[in-house]
Amino acid sequence: MTALRRLFFFLVGLFLALPLIVVAGVSVNQKQTLAFPPQGFSLSWYGEIFTNSEWRNALIASVTLAALSAALALLVALPLAWFLWRRVAPWANIFRLLGVAPFTLPPVITALGLLTFWATTGFYGQPWTAVISHAIFFVTLPLVTLSLGFSAIDRSLVEAAATMGADDRTIFRTVVMPLILPYVVSGYAFAFVLSLNEYIVAYMTVGFTMETLPIKIFNALRYGYTPTMASVTVLFLAIAAVVFGLVARFGDLPKLLGAMAEDK
Amino acid sequence: MRREPPQRLADYGPLFFPAGMLTVFFVVPFATMIAVSFFQREQGGFYQPAFVLDNYARFLSLFFGRVLGFSLMLAIAVAIACVVIGIPFTYLLSRTARKVQILWLVALLSILSLSEVMIGFAWSTLFSRTAGLTNLFVWLGLMAQPQALTPSFGAVMTAMTYQAFPYTVLVLYPALVRLDPTLTEAARTLGASPVKAFFTVVVPALRNTILATLIMVFIFALGSYLLPQLLGRPQHWTLSVLITDQAIYQSNMPFAAAMAVFLVLVTLGLVGLALYAGRQKEAA
Repeated sequence: MTALRRLFFFLVGLFLALPLIVVAGVSVNQKQTLAFPPQGFSLSWYGEIFTNSEWRNALIASVTLAALSAALALLVALPLAWFLWRRVAPWANIFRLLGVAPFTLPPVITALGLLTFWATTGFYGQPWTAVISHAIFFVTLPLVTLSLGFSAIDRSLVEAAATMGADDRTIFRTVVMPLILPYVVSGYAFAFVLSLNEYIVAYMTVGFTMETLPIKIFNALRYGYTPTMASVTVLFLAIAAVVFGLVARFGDLPKLLGAMAEDK
Repeated sequence: MRREPPQRLADYGPLFFPAGMLTVFFVVPFATMIAVSFFQREQGGFYQPAFVLDNYARFLSLFFGRVLGFSLMLAIAVAIACVVIGIPFTYLLSRTARKVQILWLVALLSILSLSEVMIGFAWSTLFSRTAGLTNLFVWLGLMAQPQALTPSFGAVMTAMTYQAFPYTVLVLYPALVRLDPTLTEAARTLGASPVKAFFTVVVPALRNTILATLIMVFIFALGSYLLPQLLGRPQHWTLSVLITDQAIYQSNMPFAAAMAVFLVLVTLGLVGLALYAGRQKEAA
């Protein structure tokens, strides 16, 4: 049985890893060829991301967009999650629903809604519209992690602080914030990584004026092939693995993903 | 501090910014899209405010029916493939050591967050003639010469399963972690083999979770907008691809919006069904 289980895990792992192994192999080709196993070995395609101005600009655009939109998503999610936790206001749950909706619906719908909106208001193509669009699209992630964080707070701690005369503001700063900080960080991390990789919303809002890395790869795919696409893919995968690895290292990943805190 | 209803206006303070943002940048765009779906299309990619049903009437064409049928069929096939592999996988994963679990979860999250463009690119490389799988088959002597495996239905299906699989595992994970281990232990004590215990105890206990997961993955697969385009032929295009195509390349916003509204209705119906299935959990 153990052998059978190992085999099953191995096969699933192989399925998941195979395309990535080939991409990693392709990314170290000496020449600009789509060959696997790679012919020669060169890391120049990784250098290309930073030295070629087109790829570098796309990388800067992606990172800026992800950093700003994740921060904005957090600014929307934090007061909302706090309010839902602090007050008894069942009707306010409609905003929780609105926060989760963009992520539940097929992405093309949010993208098209924002496209018609920005076109109607006349801001279509402005770089900042992508920041707002991504923040709304990914607000679900900090909202879910923060709701989880708030629900894990022991209310007697807050009550103790209130009994000692602390007002809401003081309680938030000295009791609540330290307790939910890990959830704030992981919510930001999830939104950041997903924004970095997002294509359709960015494409429909600023696709004609600005190139993020996923847009750049898609445009490049239509004109042919360059190993830089492979090196960017590996780079992004590495960023995601490092970020989620850190979340797992300093937080409770199984719990964040919905499993109850366990004594395993 | 007791949890209490907001009394003064200031108590609503924290709600202003989030509520405003979500209303202006989600509800209003959504309403704009619905409005545009009734607009009249003009030449050159413009459209005029109007109230016409032309955009919806186009659904009745044979072409649209075929696209819709194909989209639903593809999403169902992907959902079934993912759930069939995902349930035993997640079940076994939830019973491994915590360190191993975390390692897998990090890997699954990393793949899940990978851009659809990159997944499409990775699979088109793996299915290509020069760097693809078939080279391995040639080397093993199974094939005479390497060949391209795209564009094809199989390629679309494989890549979409790849994309949806991590999502499936993460949806199933909480339910399977919480599954009472004594259930299977009891079955094992009574002499059932692990495989038999899995099929006669675990699967029936999770019937509603499985149904809800199937629907969630189905919706997820319905949202795939690039893979059918990158790896398939035009007849493999799905509703999501068609919406993007109409909006960006054909500049027919009203028709794209009408299709999107239709997709929303299908999705909402399914989400309702998934929630209902999930809620039946205790009753079962």
